[in-house]
Amino acid sequence: MTSSAISVSGLVKSYGPTRALDGLDLSVATGEVHGFLGPNGAGKTTTIRVLLGLLRADSGEARLLDGDPWHDAVALHHRLAYVPGDVSLWPNLTGGETIDLLTRLRGGVDPKRRAELIERFDLDPRKKARSYSKGNRQKVALVAGLASDVELLLLDEPTSGLDPLMQAVFEDCIDEWKDEGRTVLLSSHILAEVEALCDRVSIIRLGKTVETGTLAELRHLTRTAISVETERPVTGLESMPGVHSLRLEGDRARFDVDTAQLDGVLRRLTEFGVRSLTSQPPTLEELFLRHYGDELAEDGVDVGVEEPAGERS
Amino acid sequence: MNSLTGTGTLIRFILRRDRVRLPIWVLGIAVSLMGSVASFGDTYPTQADRQARANVLDSAAAQLFVGPGYGTDHYTFGAMTANELLPFSAIVVALMSVFLVVRHTRAEEEDGRAELVRAGVVGRHASTVATLVVVCGAQVLLAVLLTFGLPASLSELSTSGSFAFAVALAGVGIVFAGVAVLIAQLTANARTALGISSVVLGVTYLVRAIGDMTGTHLAWLSPFGWATEMRAYVDVRWWPFLLSMACTVGLIAVAIRINARRDVGSGVIADRPGPPEASPLLGSPLGLAFRLQRASLIAWSVSLFLLGLVYGSIADQAASLYEDISSLDDYLARIGAADPADQYLAITLSISAVIAVGYAVQSTLRARSEETKHRAEPLLSSAVSRSRWVWSHLIMALGGSVVMMFAYGLGLGISRAISVSDIGELPRLVGSALAYTPALWVFVGIAVLLFGLLPRAVGAAWAFLGFVAFAGFLGPLLQLPNWVYDLSPVDRIPNVPVADLSPWPLIAMTLIAAAMIAIGLVGFRRRDLTEA
Repeated sequence: MTSSAISVSGLVKSYGPTRALDGLDLSVATGEVHGFLGPNGAGKTTTIRVLLGLLRADSGEARLLDGDPWHDAVALHHRLAYVPGDVSLWPNLTGGETIDLLTRLRGGVDPKRRAELIERFDLDPRKKARSYSKGNRQKVALVAGLASDVELLLLDEPTSGLDPLMQAVFEDCIDEWKDEGRTVLLSSHILAEVEALCDRVSIIRLGKTVETGTLAELRHLTRTAISVETERPVTGLESMPGVHSLRLEGDRARFDVDTAQLDGVLRRLTEFGVRSLTSQPPTLEELFLRHYGDELAEDGVDVGVEEPAGERS
Repeated sequence: MNSLTGTGTLIRFILRRDRVRLPIWVLGIAVSLMGSVASFGDTYPTQADRQARANVLDSAAAQLFVGPGYGTDHYTFGAMTANELLPFSAIVVALMSVFLVVRHTRAEEEDGRAELVRAGVVGRHASTVATLVVVCGAQVLLAVLLTFGLPASLSELSTSGSFAFAVALAGVGIVFAGVAVLIAQLTANARTALGISSVVLGVTYLVRAIGDMTGTHLAWLSPFGWATEMRAYVDVRWWPFLLSMACTVGLIAVAIRINARRDVGSGVIADRPGPPEASPLLGSPLGLAFRLQRASLIAWSVSLFLLGLVYGSIADQAASLYEDISSLDDYLARIGAADPADQYLAITLSISAVIAVGYAVQSTLRARSEETKHRAEPLLSSAVSRSRWVWSHLIMALGGSVVMMFAYGLGLGISRAISVSDIGELPRLVGSALAYTPALWVFVGIAVLLFGLLPRAVGAAWAFLGFVAFAGFLGPLLQLPNWVYDLSPVDRIPNVPVADLSPWPLIAMTLIAAAMIAIGLVGFRRRDLTEA
């Protein structure tokens, strides 16, 4: 047994002049659900395809379940399952046939588990793949992946075609999977899903890892939104380190504060007699936008880090 | 005319999408017909040669390929063109209509693109009508090219006769545009639409052939019969063309009625549900490859078997033709004349081998199409090695090559054994057919080599097949130099059953194929999966 299911360092993969991966690092501990975040084109799929031995990296180290993903591909694939984001199936095969084929190639399936998953995902296994919608094709791949008795699950934006009900089913399945001590690498740009499921997160951008850690650690790097009502108008906040976008309206104050500076700011507030206080913890979305904010700002998009961004995804 | 809003735009859109495809169809058919009539002049220089040729048409089997055989008393080039070229080229123009119509109607709907178009300011029938305008326009353009191109290629052909020939051909093309438009309404997916249209094509062709073979009026039930009954070049009748037009109008009217009622994306015939669980066969890459290629394996081998039956049954007539035609003397001398019937059988064997190479290349390159359609990924990310996955398709290609040549040899052997009352012909011809298998394997090797090393250039395998077919079919007429034949794996096979079967070329070709497969596999194991 190892402590690290996936360890990648300095991975480089170029397609002609474009560098899809530019020194990417990624470490996933055994038994954790690891979120792999980045916008489209950041290199998430390329990384997963290198880990599957479908692409050969130009340089850098990649280890998967203590093996080399390129040379030991077949032996490693016995122990993992993969669900792509854009699922292509054989148009003539039914969903049920496809699930059986894919699971048999990984060493068979427990028919009870298969039936249970088909039921939970509300999939009609008698339909030919050509008549499935994108969501249904994705369900076929998910059932085939989740039904396999393996240690590691590689998921590449697995829920992009699922409705909210099915996303909830998916999240339940991943929770159960985690309870059984198995490992998951979940690539996604649906932040709520990552927040709900993942122990640790790596954020990548332009083929490089820009941030990695637990959600708590990452939140530490972000700002908390505070709205406070005091007995006397608050003064001196503007000069305090870590306070941003301050708005004062009489005895009300609204501002964002770097989470690291929260303690000092709260001490200051209590001096003015706090009547009510609400704080909004930073969402992963804000964290995400902060990393890509400059890119968006260049394109003239209002990044909106100032306001809690809500459930945008 | 609200339901036709946007038709003009869609016509331009279809022309833009098919700016390569349409000219290839139209020019390809026109040029091959012009080349064929031009070759008549060289092959049958005298009236006696042409008359000898006409005698072959008297057999029932020949009428499967040619028309009712009118004008054979005085067999002119025109009668020859109408009898021998019209039925086969009618199949090609029918396929052209079917492929183009399904591509722009049902395939668009199935892929969801039609939805995008129909959400715009576009009438309900606009895409159907636009497709018909383009496809029928292409058929008319082809007719114009033929009317002037055929007399230009062979001066003995009259312009008025060529016009009748071209109109007969266009009639078939336009009827099948109507057939495909209707069938595209019925099924929910393009593959089934193509399949049903092909069945209609095959059945109506057979109805025509059986009618002509038996001398009944059955041919009048088939669009192919309407074309041959126009009797181009001999005693032209125009009214059968009216039957084609009436039939087309009827088909389109029904299609439009259905289109007016149904939902976008749905068909009249629903997809049947399939098995909820896979059979035990579907548990390995080979099981999957077999499942994916099964239909094509059956279709190809049945076709080759039937071709063998037909070729075998006309062997005696064809052999006598060889003796009568003066221009073939040189050719027969080059390949070493022996028993004329064997000579003929040997030629059909090499023709069938070139056809069977089509299966071998298609079957091998299935691996590439699976890769580009992202379907290799789920297998290769399970516990299947790259070699094992490629081998699953290779086994279908290599084993299928044996099946193809066996099927042809069986058909040829059975009909030959019956016509000469000698059961010994069966094993002899099956053996001769199987001798061609290593030539097919060389093509498998070429295809795998490209797949492993230059995956974006796998089309070169088809180009090489085109070259070999060109050299094999037209080479003797064009008197190509010998090195051209030496390049063709099919021509490297001993000319069985005329020549003795020497094993060395077969062993050498098998080894060459094995080496190319080995290199191709190493190449594939070392490269990235690519989608484009």
